[in-house]
Amino acid sequence: MANRAELMPGTLDMLILKTLTRAPLHGYGVAQSIKRVSDDVLTVEEGSLYPALQRLLLQGWVKAEWKKTETNRRARYYTLTAAGRKQLGTEISNFQKMIAAIGQVLEDPQEAV
Amino acid sequence: MNAMVRLLRKLAALLRRQSFDQDLQEEMAFHREQVAKEFEAGGIAPEAARYAAIRQFGNATLLQERSREVVAFRAETVAQDLRFAVRQLLRSPGFAVTAILVLALGIGASTAIFGFVDAVLIQPLPYANPNQLVSVDESETLLPRSNLSRDDYEDWKRLNSTLTSLDVYGGTGFLLRTGSLSEPTPAARVSDGFFRTLGVAPMLGRDFRSGEDRPGQPKIAILSYGTWMKRFGGRRDLIGESISLTGEAYTVVGVLPRNFAFAPRASAELWVPLLDKTGCEKRRSCHNLDGVGRLRNGVTVEAASADMKTIAAQLALQYPGSNKGQSASIVPLSEIVVGKLRPTLVTLLAGAGLLLLIACVNVASLVLVRAESRRRETAVRGALGATPSRLVRQFVTEGLLLASLGCAAGAVLAVVIMSLLARLVPKPMAQGMPFLAVVGLNRHTALFAAGSTLMAALLLAATPALRLAFREIHEGLTDGGKGAASRFWRRLGANLVVVELTVAVVLLAGAGLLAKSFYLLLHVETGIDPSHLATVYIMAPESVYGKPEQQVALYHQILEKVSAFPGVQSAGITSYLPLQCNCDTDWIRIPGRPFHGEHNEVLQRDVSPQYLPALKAKLVRGRMFTAADDASHPQVTILNQSMARKYFPGEDPLGKMIGDGDLTPKSMRQVVGVIEDVREGGLDDEAWPAEYFSIYHAPDNSFAVAARTTQDEKQILPVLLKTLREINPNLGVYGENTMNEQMSASQSALLHRFSTWLVGGFAVLALMLGVVGLYGVVAYSVSQRTREIGVRMALGAQRGAIQRLVLKEAGWLTGMGIIAGLICSVATAHLMRSLLFNVHPWDFSTLLAVAAVLGFSALLASLIPARRASSVNPVKALSAE
Repeated sequence: MANRAELMPGTLDMLILKTLTRAPLHGYGVAQSIKRVSDDVLTVEEGSLYPALQRLLLQGWVKAEWKKTETNRRARYYTLTAAGRKQLGTEISNFQKMIAAIGQVLEDPQEAV
Repeated sequence: MNAMVRLLRKLAALLRRQSFDQDLQEEMAFHREQVAKEFEAGGIAPEAARYAAIRQFGNATLLQERSREVVAFRAETVAQDLRFAVRQLLRSPGFAVTAILVLALGIGASTAIFGFVDAVLIQPLPYANPNQLVSVDESETLLPRSNLSRDDYEDWKRLNSTLTSLDVYGGTGFLLRTGSLSEPTPAARVSDGFFRTLGVAPMLGRDFRSGEDRPGQPKIAILSYGTWMKRFGGRRDLIGESISLTGEAYTVVGVLPRNFAFAPRASAELWVPLLDKTGCEKRRSCHNLDGVGRLRNGVTVEAASADMKTIAAQLALQYPGSNKGQSASIVPLSEIVVGKLRPTLVTLLAGAGLLLLIACVNVASLVLVRAESRRRETAVRGALGATPSRLVRQFVTEGLLLASLGCAAGAVLAVVIMSLLARLVPKPMAQGMPFLAVVGLNRHTALFAAGSTLMAALLLAATPALRLAFREIHEGLTDGGKGAASRFWRRLGANLVVVELTVAVVLLAGAGLLAKSFYLLLHVETGIDPSHLATVYIMAPESVYGKPEQQVALYHQILEKVSAFPGVQSAGITSYLPLQCNCDTDWIRIPGRPFHGEHNEVLQRDVSPQYLPALKAKLVRGRMFTAADDASHPQVTILNQSMARKYFPGEDPLGKMIGDGDLTPKSMRQVVGVIEDVREGGLDDEAWPAEYFSIYHAPDNSFAVAARTTQDEKQILPVLLKTLREINPNLGVYGENTMNEQMSASQSALLHRFSTWLVGGFAVLALMLGVVGLYGVVAYSVSQRTREIGVRMALGAQRGAIQRLVLKEAGWLTGMGIIAGLICSVATAHLMRSLLFNVHPWDFSTLLAVAAVLGFSALLASLIPARRASSVNPVKALSAE
């Protein structure tokens, strides 16, 4: 819990979509996966995860269906749709453009600290 | 596309709300379980792990709410707010009922009045393209709008270039014979295109055809729907049949539609073409008609007016004898129909609006007090995670709910008030107001009610919401809240009461001024004694009473019979009864004075010798008429004082001669008497010069009888009718009434009475609401200050001092309300001065009385909390938390 970083606003949807590219996951799985892949830096809270999943459902970027887990427990699995894949592409390229721009500003030698 | 899909998905989510909630709950429970397992794996006891997981996620309901907000409509939370609002109201039914009733009163009264305003001033006249219709008349210096003469009409019609059509109408009357009965029937003479100009077609039969109004054309008639139903049983085969009108046969050619009404000739049951010129119409100076025209496309009223004035000026050059000084008056037809009602209606609407305002303010202060007592609830909801906007929304919802309930109750009230008011209008007057039929709940009134409801809701919502916002700010910034703004909002209730009292003063002052006008109007100097005076109109059939000797014989017969009546002191006959109108005029010229063809217009009344004494008209000089002033003697005349003053200033008029414009020997008459002005016109019309003649010189078959009685004049009316019909069953006898009735039922008295009672009613309600509001604020303040009062008493304050403390607060509020109100009322009274009769807008005694009434009521209202304050038990007050 020590290294928890605030998620950048607007990036949660992108992270969820990216996580779902590998396999359909339930909500808990999505949160776990993000946490694990980011080496415990990024923590997705339940309070923002489920509203975000509803939003993605509403946009038609993910689909949801009830399935059994390995432990034979009922859970709702989210699957990326084609539209979601397209959206992910746009979001990633936008994000990278922004990161690059931020990087340029930060590396401006004249203003270097 | 996307938005559409989203909307559909949202709708689906709303429909499947339950399963959506279940899914979400299960999903989140699963999530928590997994986290708990994680904790357990980390070596934490299962129970503790579960709690740790729950803690990590915080408020599950709130989380669920947030997810739901993503998919669900705001409407859902609105429904929640609404449910909560209903529960709140049910929990305090006293507050709910009071608030709803007060709002219903405000909304109901203003909607009802608006219903009339809408019917009269907003809805168009029931004719085709009514805004193209204009009233066409002549004008002269003394009369800005005078009747049109038939010759002038024909010239105007021929010469104008701004109207597509110009038609005329004039009043007349017939004795309509149905079976053995001859009944006087009011009718109208119109030119052939009259109905086409209005854009009205008969529902049965045909319209008058072009040229059918010329002299010598066959006698035909169109019936009003009511007459057709009432007198002819709605027989469709009546078309083409002949009916007997004053002994002459007229063929019925059509029946007008049921909803047809023409206000200037509202009582007309029959419509006939102009046909032959009447005796008077043979002169160009006979002004007995009114015109109605339709403007050409794109032509303004002003352009038409300029056109007619040019024509009138040409005619004045061409016929100086009759047309000198005659010009034209063109105004929209609606002005003639409803113009006189406008100031009254606007005043009433303003009064109702003020009542609505005071009702809203009253309820707003009730809501405020309740919001104050719900501070804990608000705080708890805020602590539980309700956002400020959600809290404000709750107040908005409650305001809307209250206002809507008030509106629903108000709509019912409005319908009741409208039908009551419409029924209060006397029938003869209602006939002249066809728009009364459309007063009721319709699109316009519904919109108005909805609008006022919305305004009320906003006010009700804004008061506690603003209060909430300000308190939060000041609590965050300072601890004591000594800022001006905070004090303002803390004293919002008190400030609202000042507004209420101000409005109450304005309404009271308005009502007071109107009441005083009304009183003065009914007690205006009429020059007669209106009590114990019975009057009746008579129309004698031409066939039996066509000749002057026959008419004079009839007069003698009637006077003899009526005077012999037990209880009748004296009786007289006149061409026109007093207090009717400044009409039936004559142009005079005094020999030996410079004369340039100007029109010296004076009223002309033909009376029997006993008539003026029977009215108790007061003789100033000379003598009254005697039986000797008949056709065998030279004509003599009696003047009223206005005439004596105007035409014989500083001279003795007795013995002077007066003649017509050409001083024709036949017209010459000598002045034999002067009487004090008898008011011939309406109560609020100015007194005109008038000349009285002996009716034996110029008898007519249409006249009126006035009888002075010693007993109740109402009881004599039926016997009077019977006796007159016994003289000859063919006599048309109608309009029997007492002079007092006529005065109080005259249009001016009626308008004054209406506005006085309504504004008075509004004022009483406003006073009640204002005083109750004051009571509420003072009582609330006392309840808030119980501790302080306890301390004061413990320190030795006398009960009297405590009472004074409370009364001082109330007095301060009342004083501010009265002062602000008096200032506002002088301003508003100025706006309605056209409704005031002989009263200044700043009438001191009225304003003083208003201040006294309000001050006294306020004192009474604040005595109760003052006494309660002084009976506070200091021990209890101090020990209470």
